[in-house]
Amino acid sequence: MSWNWRTWILVALGIAVVVAAIYFPVLRRRVKTTAKIPQPTEEQARRELTQAVAQSPLDPVVKAKIFWISSEDESALAPVNVQLALSRDPVLRAKQVINTLLAGPVDSDLRTLPADAALLAFYLLPDGTTVADFSEALATSTPSGIQSEQLAVNSIARTLEANVPQVKRLKLLIHGQEVDTLAGHVDLTQFFIVDSKAKLQGAVTPDLPAGLAAKSALPASDTVTNPSPAIESQR
Amino acid sequence: MHISNGPLLRITFSILAMALLASLPILISNAQMLASSALREIPPAQQQSDAPTSTYPPPAQQRAGLNIVVLDPAHGGTDPGARGAQGIRESDLVLDLTLQVRRALEAQGFQVLQTRSGNENPSFDDRSTLANAQRGAVFITLHISSTGLPGTARVYTMPDSSAVVAAGGILSWDHAQAPYVSLSRKFADAVQGQLAQRFKGSPNNSQTAAIRQLRTTAAPAIAVEICSVSVQDRADLDRMMPSVGDAIARGVAAFRPSYVLPGETSLRP
Repeated sequence: MSWNWRTWILVALGIAVVVAAIYFPVLRRRVKTTAKIPQPTEEQARRELTQAVAQSPLDPVVKAKIFWISSEDESALAPVNVQLALSRDPVLRAKQVINTLLAGPVDSDLRTLPADAALLAFYLLPDGTTVADFSEALATSTPSGIQSEQLAVNSIARTLEANVPQVKRLKLLIHGQEVDTLAGHVDLTQFFIVDSKAKLQGAVTPDLPAGLAAKSALPASDTVTNPSPAIESQR
Repeated sequence: MHISNGPLLRITFSILAMALLASLPILISNAQMLASSALREIPPAQQQSDAPTSTYPPPAQQRAGLNIVVLDPAHGGTDPGARGAQGIRESDLVLDLTLQVRRALEAQGFQVLQTRSGNENPSFDDRSTLANAQRGAVFITLHISSTGLPGTARVYTMPDSSAVVAAGGILSWDHAQAPYVSLSRKFADAVQGQLAQRFKGSPNNSQTAAIRQLRTTAAPAIAVEICSVSVQDRADLDRMMPSVGDAIARGVAAFRPSYVLPGETSLRP
């Protein structure tokens, strides 16, 4: 290669470096601007597709029992009767009651599931096994603790039990995946037995502290403190 | 045509040496994976003899009845557990609580083992392994909640499980707690009774919850949860701890006469 060619190449490289130095701040600005534009995540896309539960005008309006935290005892659940037009189809019905549970009660302190959580999918098998797939917020926004996690799971199980008799067993997934625990404590690798009427009736024994029990305005059988759904091995 | 062997050999050796160096990390990681999978396949009692003593102490000398209490300060390491105002972290608090419980139990004559003593986070299975390798032991996992009435304490056990002991008495590692559920409940009620006497607003009876840590523990096992990291001042929780320790120690002592283990079961990991 002659000396002239080398000079030309060096000049070209020098120009390229200068152009890059000028363009770099522009590029940085563009990257920052793009980062600020919220991109729909896969989960958001799934929410849009799955969350809309079509309501038919033919759906009968019934009193659905939704389980939120009891106003008398923050460690217990209490059913609240909500007028809902519920579908006769068990899957749609389950989605409707879970979405109502997620929407929360009038008093937001009594909610059991985080406000930003969403039901992504719900499946019902012929044997009554159900799989409820929630968004990641259920795991990341539920307060870490045995009591808070147990109340969250119980509220889903009790609400399904009270309104969708076809549901026998419940499996909870987070964003389509099986996870070890909800937020560090409650085991989500197992199935929760939902339809265990005899067992639950026996277990609906309000375990209120002595001071609170006397003040409780709710009938004893309406406040569900202790009974966590039995678990069933899937292995 | 004659080709000198010298340069060719040097090039070959260099290539081999570079290939060996490049594959060294893969070889090491494979060896680690093999070692860890082998550990999982060994019955826990045998693991104890092979494991470093700093991690798992050898099984205590076997005596009849309940003698050992395995304390499990929950969370740790990268998992802080519940977090409250002023940077209160459950993983730190439970270490202090464990110290208080340990003192009270040792004063009652129990031998105490801990699943962790510093800011590390053993796996659920590693924590259970320590308890499962002991004879005459109970397991207590200690927690501080995010929510609940501050100044109260609750004791939990596993709910009933459909897991059954297979023929030959072999029990799956994943359901090691199943045969101990009723014994755990007695144990939990004994501890909850003591806590209810000391902390107004605490329930009189223990409760059930599907707690991951308890599922793989082959011993009477309970979770104790104190409310809560939401207190304004950490001192409120610190003041509770000696009383919690005393209540747990008395509960363990009260449970001691009821400690009759179910039929011999061997664990299948």
